[in-house]
Amino acid sequence: MKIRAQIGMVLNLDKCIGCHTCSVTCKNVWTSRDGVEYAWFNNVETKPGIGYPKDWENQDKWQGGWVRKPNGKLEPRQGGRLKILANVFANPNLPAIDEYYEPFTYDYEHLQNAPEMITPPTARPVSVLTGKKMDKIEWGPNWEDDLGGEFSKRSKDALFEGIQKEMYSAFENTFMMYLPRLCEHCLNPACVASCPSGSIYKREDDGIVLIDQDKCRGWRMCVSGCPYKKIYYNWTTGKAEKCIFCYPRIEAGQPTVCSETCVGRIRYLGVLLYDADKIEAAASVEDPKSLYEAQLGVFLDPNAPEVIAEAKKQGIADSWLLAAQNSPVYKMAMEWKVAFPLHPEYRTLPMVWYIPPLSPIQSALENGLIGENGIIPDVKDLRIPIQYLANLLTAGKEEPVVKALETMVAMRRYMRKKSVEKVIDESTLKGTHLKAAQVEEMYQVMAIANYEDRFVIPSSHKEMVENTFDDKASCGFTFGNGCSSGTSEPSLFGKKKASPIVFHDMRRDRKANAGE
Amino acid sequence: MDYLHQFIFGIYPYIALAIFLLGSLMRFEREQYSWKSESSQLLHRGSLRLGNILFHLGIIGLFFGHAVGLLTPVAVWDALGVTHSFKQVFAMTAGGIMGTLCLIGVLLLLHRRFSNDRLTANTTWRDKLVLLWILATLLLGLSTIAVSAGHLDGHEMVLLMSWAQHIITFRGDAATFVAGVSPMFKAHLFMGMTLFVIFPFTRLVHVWSGFGAVTYLGRTWQLVRPRH
Repeated sequence: MKIRAQIGMVLNLDKCIGCHTCSVTCKNVWTSRDGVEYAWFNNVETKPGIGYPKDWENQDKWQGGWVRKPNGKLEPRQGGRLKILANVFANPNLPAIDEYYEPFTYDYEHLQNAPEMITPPTARPVSVLTGKKMDKIEWGPNWEDDLGGEFSKRSKDALFEGIQKEMYSAFENTFMMYLPRLCEHCLNPACVASCPSGSIYKREDDGIVLIDQDKCRGWRMCVSGCPYKKIYYNWTTGKAEKCIFCYPRIEAGQPTVCSETCVGRIRYLGVLLYDADKIEAAASVEDPKSLYEAQLGVFLDPNAPEVIAEAKKQGIADSWLLAAQNSPVYKMAMEWKVAFPLHPEYRTLPMVWYIPPLSPIQSALENGLIGENGIIPDVKDLRIPIQYLANLLTAGKEEPVVKALETMVAMRRYMRKKSVEKVIDESTLKGTHLKAAQVEEMYQVMAIANYEDRFVIPSSHKEMVENTFDDKASCGFTFGNGCSSGTSEPSLFGKKKASPIVFHDMRRDRKANAGE
Repeated sequence: MDYLHQFIFGIYPYIALAIFLLGSLMRFEREQYSWKSESSQLLHRGSLRLGNILFHLGIIGLFFGHAVGLLTPVAVWDALGVTHSFKQVFAMTAGGIMGTLCLIGVLLLLHRRFSNDRLTANTTWRDKLVLLWILATLLLGLSTIAVSAGHLDGHEMVLLMSWAQHIITFRGDAATFVAGVSPMFKAHLFMGMTLFVIFPFTRLVHVWSGFGAVTYLGRTWQLVRPRH
């Protein structure tokens, strides 16, 4: 048993209001730079929709994730090592930037400099890639927001597989939900496996997957290897970049920026202990519908004495074990079984999990559509088809999703009785696997969602591995080359490329680059 | 033999190799963030797949062809029973095929780079220099096939082999061997040596990494880094 710890995340889709605050704060902090203006480490998609980049869930098209070969071994869907190496010259599975969108800004200056004219001046869109005016913006990072566009387009959504989707084109039957997405910091990452230069790695201590910017050579195989399309090629630096799970904050015991700023309090961060020796077997189970349960089997019970003893022996700090015992992520995934991995069928064992949205069921309840036997309406009465959620979270297996939704409805019924009728009625929990005390804790964590209940993050104990005194007066975070600022001073080996026009607010050091 | 000839074919090779090796080492050590393939595939695909594969197939073939052909001692070929004439014809044929693949590739790449707005806006003079320098070197190299066709006895080829072998074994008389070869060969040699000079200062450094990436074939799928 090789015990490792990871900071996992859960997003409660039941509470996501699609405000994009997570995306915007993330962009402000991490991707407001040349070459990644098109990249959103965190984005929020409206489902149904084809998403960002277009059709990212269609792995027949993009070849992301893993496949299980007939001999039971895993291999990246885009090919074995030799094929990956042979494709470095021109990656056949790399989405072009138009699949994300052509980054643009507007000619704001014209509004101030235009001569007197009959019609008011307009700020025309300008492509950041060419610096030239664009006739029309055809696509953007969030083109399908709140079901923008026609049904025929968003019905290409891969999650409609196995669903008679035509009926959902009718206004009366339409449904939607929000899906915030970021890097999954997988246990079995396909990006790491796809990198010919070995620049991507998973951190042993907290599970964060990072790209070594110095070692990346721009072979681009990670971009196509990742089934979630959460690695982006910076077209000015020629290096791949991805969500870094705000590791400087996590190391200090603080939540990621997206979690910290979430208005709906939907994000949870907590420690999960797992057995690294079980990863390969769990990712290789034959039936994709068993992958969700297989991943649960990799996690270790932080309250089990033998796990605690072994973890201590392997050097995991007490503060991390305590955090694992109080982890909201562990409770939601393992105890209450309300959270699920995103697309387990990709066999990456993702570590950012999702609680399916319940709200449409609530409206069904209010309309009196209560099922005969269960405490939630029959599947046919749900606004979001269960199959659709199951295609997203459990490789199409409906039972776990139904069970989770039932548990969440039961929690509401129990708490309603308790707070409105002042009655503790355990019969409301019939059909769930939870006891009253557990449901009350679930209510506290999921409904009230206090800051300290959402974020249980132990600091990283850097004092164990480095002398912090040496960090005194050293450089902060830079882009490669140690303390080199990475700005535009030319060197023998060329200066840093900049985009053809200034996209972000003009910085002093960029003015020379902009070719004024 | 005049001074200039001695300089270009006796001294310059060492200058070029020194810049190539030390420059690569310095860049790797000091500016590794700038060490990359500089792929432009994301911005525009165009004829990249056909062009880039042909180009790389050709140029890798040419690289190994030159390495084996120039640096294997004459005695080895003699021992193997390969006649000079046969080796020359073989080199002309293989070089011609690889050179043609490479030429088609580099022309496609040049066309792609100069015909697309996104690429022209994001191409540095270093990117242009690399493509155009390779094109010029390649055209000179292909032209030598015509020169060689005029005398198939392998004599000139042996002179070129002796030059290369005397250079890398640090024997001072290397330049004398190529004093009498065709100007076409001399120009090709100069352009080829200078390619090593510009190497550390351009995207060409990714060649090192390309060869290094072969270690990927024996690597585990997953990489986990401990804290220190």
